[in-house]
Amino acid sequence: MTVTNMADERGRRPTGSGQPAAIALRGVRKHFGAVQAVRDIDLDVAPGEIVAFLGPNGAGKTSTIDIILGLSQPTAGTVSVYGMHPRQAIARGLVSAVMQTGGLLKDLTVRETAEYTASLFTRATPVDEALKRAGISTIADRRVGKCSGGEQQRLRFAMALLSDPELLILDEPTTGMDVEGRRGFWGAIRQDAARGRTVLFATHYLEEADAYADRIILLRHGQIVADGTSGEVKAMAAGRTVRATLPDPDQVRLSAIPGADSVEVRGETVLIHCSDSDAVARYLLTSTPARDLEINTRGLEDAFIALTSDDSDTPAGGSR
Amino acid sequence: MTTESLPASAALTREAPGLGGFNVTVLKLEVRRLLRNRRTVIFSVVAPSVLFLAFGLNKAYASQSPGRGSHGNVSAFIMISMALYGAVLATTSGGAMVSIERAAGWSRQLRLTPLSPVAYITIKILTAMILGAASVIVVYAVGRATGKPIIMPGYLWIVTALCVWVGSLVFAAFGLFMGYLLPTENVMQILGFGLMLLSFAGGLFIPLSQFPHILQDLAEFTPLYGLNQLVHAPLLGVGVQMAWVANAVAWLLVFAAGAVWRFRKDTARV
Repeated sequence: MTVTNMADERGRRPTGSGQPAAIALRGVRKHFGAVQAVRDIDLDVAPGEIVAFLGPNGAGKTSTIDIILGLSQPTAGTVSVYGMHPRQAIARGLVSAVMQTGGLLKDLTVRETAEYTASLFTRATPVDEALKRAGISTIADRRVGKCSGGEQQRLRFAMALLSDPELLILDEPTTGMDVEGRRGFWGAIRQDAARGRTVLFATHYLEEADAYADRIILLRHGQIVADGTSGEVKAMAAGRTVRATLPDPDQVRLSAIPGADSVEVRGETVLIHCSDSDAVARYLLTSTPARDLEINTRGLEDAFIALTSDDSDTPAGGSR
Repeated sequence: MTTESLPASAALTREAPGLGGFNVTVLKLEVRRLLRNRRTVIFSVVAPSVLFLAFGLNKAYASQSPGRGSHGNVSAFIMISMALYGAVLATTSGGAMVSIERAAGWSRQLRLTPLSPVAYITIKILTAMILGAASVIVVYAVGRATGKPIIMPGYLWIVTALCVWVGSLVFAAFGLFMGYLLPTENVMQILGFGLMLLSFAGGLFIPLSQFPHILQDLAEFTPLYGLNQLVHAPLLGVGVQMAWVANAVAWLLVFAAGAVWRFRKDTARV
């Protein structure tokens, strides 16, 4: 594999503002033996975006994140973070991550763990401030081994804040937390993201993706199956349904409307499943005598199931 | 020419730390961690001193010489043996900490920081050597505190202590190798037993001359044999034999190569 250092070419974000993309993946693949965990992912994340990687277990979320963090090498393709090799970006403190589990020493205290981490960066946020922002100032002198799962997760978050990174990556950060812990954790993240940090998080909780991300990337079997705002993703999955009353409907003509996927006719009622409901509605209202028009969107839950279930149209096969 | 006026975020001009992230704060915290581990402290610092007090102060030893031409008595000889035993346990424990850190996912966490793998290994070795020094110092201090029974010229206290300490580097490498090889939290229980056997084979507890001939021949190839001979040479006033040096250096190379091999595998995989 070649790791690109060419910020001028691939690493630039498409808007061309002169700042390289926070994350740029090109044709990234990752195989573990015969298992294809990541298959040909292209991805640009612009600075300041809050992106959710949504997908069931084994969709390739963690594998992709490991590649972005330089923890594993892609089998093929290139990865750049702020126009650099992931390792270089990490060495400069541009990227940090909150991993799912592990990564803590039980015999250090909360503050010592943060001090240890802070000492490794050229420029670090004061330890006490990071602890405060993660909401664990009161347990600073507690041994990590005596902290609850939620407290440990907040410590991981504090550690991630120490380098004041441009990009924060969270891999299923709320796994195993109770509802309250989850809410508190996301409250802290949201407060922090308001400062303009780029955030990428993996989750299999739909509500989390819907509530906290500007952009949702749906992964399935190591491929991106949908990428957009939560509204767009919902539309992409289920599309929308336009329902109207239309005398003497002509099914063939209706099927030919650009943006219409399938047409159901029930007497004078037509149901058009479409990817572009605006175009279909405009056509119906301007070129036909249709009335009582309704446009419906399926929920994200439905979109998620439709896009990630095994019987949808993308090739099934090895996943991690 | 004019530099580009784009406000390319100042943050992107950040620098990576020098020395791969190596710093004194980390070293301090690592030593503190090691000292917090009661089992490690008891086995590598307290136990050798106790062993010395139990076996090194026999009345008869005070007047016995460990060999013709020796500069000191048997008690001094045993103190050096026990210091070597302690130092070796200490440096092995220090090196083997990587096992616990890998199991806890800490090594992986560190890969999300600027700390370079080489700086990490350096910190581990230094931490191991600091504990090794503590072990030697405590055994010697206990020896000193007992007063009369130990007969050894002043300069030899320093020379032999340094020999023991420097020699224990071989076992810092051993600890690292084992730490990468054995992915278990109980690594020191296995190693503690292994080191005990090696100490017998190296002649730290019982003179090798009391072993059957065939065992004596085999013992000369075990990792503590060379070191044990070398650290006692100044006291015994004997010349250094190439075979001893070869033994110590060969094992250092074997352990270091093993550690590098496992370490490379580990960083490629994680």
